[in-house]
Amino acid sequence: MERSFSMEILDILAQDARTPAAIIAQMLNSSEETVKAEIKRMEDEKILLRYSTVIDEEKTESESTIHALIEVKVTPQYRQGYEAIAEQISRYPEVRACYLMSGSYDFMVLVDGPNLRRVSQFVTEKLSVLNGVISTGTHFVLRKYKDNHVVMPSSRDDHRQVVTP
Amino acid sequence: MNYDRILNPTVVGIPPSGIRRFFDIAAEMKDCISLGVGEPDFVTPWNIRESGIKSLKDGITCYSSNSGLLELRELVCRYYSERFGVYYTPSQSVMTVGASEGIDLAMRAIVTPGDEVLIPEPSYVSYMPCVRLSGGVAVPLRATADNSFKLTAEVVKAAITERTKALILPFPNNPTGGIMTREELVEMSKALEGTDIIVVSDEIYAELTYKGVHCAFASIPDMYERTITINGFSKAFAMTGWRLGYVLAPEPLLQQMLKIHQFTMLCAPITSQMAAIEALKHGFDSDFSDVRAMRREYNRRRNFVVHQFNEMGLECFDPLGAFYAFPRISKTGLDSETFCTRLLMEKKVAVVPGTAFGASGEGFVRATYATSMDNLIEACKRIKEFVDSVV
Repeated sequence: MERSFSMEILDILAQDARTPAAIIAQMLNSSEETVKAEIKRMEDEKILLRYSTVIDEEKTESESTIHALIEVKVTPQYRQGYEAIAEQISRYPEVRACYLMSGSYDFMVLVDGPNLRRVSQFVTEKLSVLNGVISTGTHFVLRKYKDNHVVMPSSRDDHRQVVTP
Repeated sequence: MNYDRILNPTVVGIPPSGIRRFFDIAAEMKDCISLGVGEPDFVTPWNIRESGIKSLKDGITCYSSNSGLLELRELVCRYYSERFGVYYTPSQSVMTVGASEGIDLAMRAIVTPGDEVLIPEPSYVSYMPCVRLSGGVAVPLRATADNSFKLTAEVVKAAITERTKALILPFPNNPTGGIMTREELVEMSKALEGTDIIVVSDEIYAELTYKGVHCAFASIPDMYERTITINGFSKAFAMTGWRLGYVLAPEPLLQQMLKIHQFTMLCAPITSQMAAIEALKHGFDSDFSDVRAMRREYNRRRNFVVHQFNEMGLECFDPLGAFYAFPRISKTGLDSETFCTRLLMEKKVAVVPGTAFGASGEGFVRATYATSMDNLIEACKRIKEFVDSVV
């Protein structure tokens, strides 16, 4: 099946969010204006939300940020289900991501913090005391080997000969 | 020792590949961007690699039967029938060491000294040597950019003599990226009516067709019996280094090719065969989603480079197959060799002179887009600077 124009654009931006509209246009046999308009539409309609980075934190100067995955069990609330509590959790700036899950717990909450103590504090003082939260289980990330499809440390060695028939 | 008296004059008479010289210069050069590579920039998908590794762990390090693992040949036959609508049985197939071996087998099985073999030009470098090594005469058929490097019935007809033994049909084409549609092949097949000419259809780039689905020559009415189909895993599954191809042909032809294969190769590498089983099995299970993703990616890069070449004034026809663009560079006033050598020395970009693929490649260069977008963007920038500096 042919992919839609917007899906093609999203696919290209997912690989490299900095790809200029002019180049996307050439890749898709379209015009720069059309691509720009389509990107604008997707931004306006909150389809394209943000252009983000993938960073190998091990190589940065600053002390690495601490990442934690927190399993959260909750009691769904009357008439609101999971919505209200999900919204509450998502508001905290420490929370990078919040997913409703199938399986033995309800939410997977990804939390970033400057150090262990601060993340623990967030869990014990903010997250676990929220109304409706039954229990939490915190897993700290020890090391990232792959993030957003990028294997770390990143190496893209081209082993091919320079010229072949 | 007087080696000249010892060596086979046919071998000595074959010119070395025109690519070799380039390779030597480019390989030494730092920061060189190469658009000179004739293989995918994708690595073999992990499930396929893993399958090869597993077979090694399991100790499957033996020979296979001469024609190859039955399971694999059954899958290949299923693949050809489902993808291209051509029906072969495992006894009509042999797994080879790359499609390259298939070309050699075909030539050796049918060509006798003095036989003529028609070869569209420009095309892949090994057809002519294989014909000559079998004592045959390679007859180039000129394909032109004006006709999107297609082969026409008239050109074929005009070249047929009573010595014509075979026609090589290399589409999608390396180096031009040209393809042949079903209608064009039907038209062309009419030139063969009433003859015993064998068609060697090299379909290694079949999966890299960007408009419609590749048309296998054996699927053209009445052409099955005279067709030797050659394909492999290198391009569709990014498995070049595994060296695994296959030949599909009517049994009387296949049996003779198999004999040559048996006495020269014994069998194709079994690790590669085990990996290829996974490539096809997983392919059927996923409707070849990996292949489709690769093709989609190539297509975007293709659009980009073709656009770029045309924009910088190097007229480039729309190459609907393989992963090469074949722009005309004659407006620079340079011949292909000089263009490539100067581009390499002055801008550190490697492309291959069209003449490496036959005399009719003069005035063109081959640039592969099987490389990252970053490389393509930078390479096009440099080529434009170079073109601007010479015209």
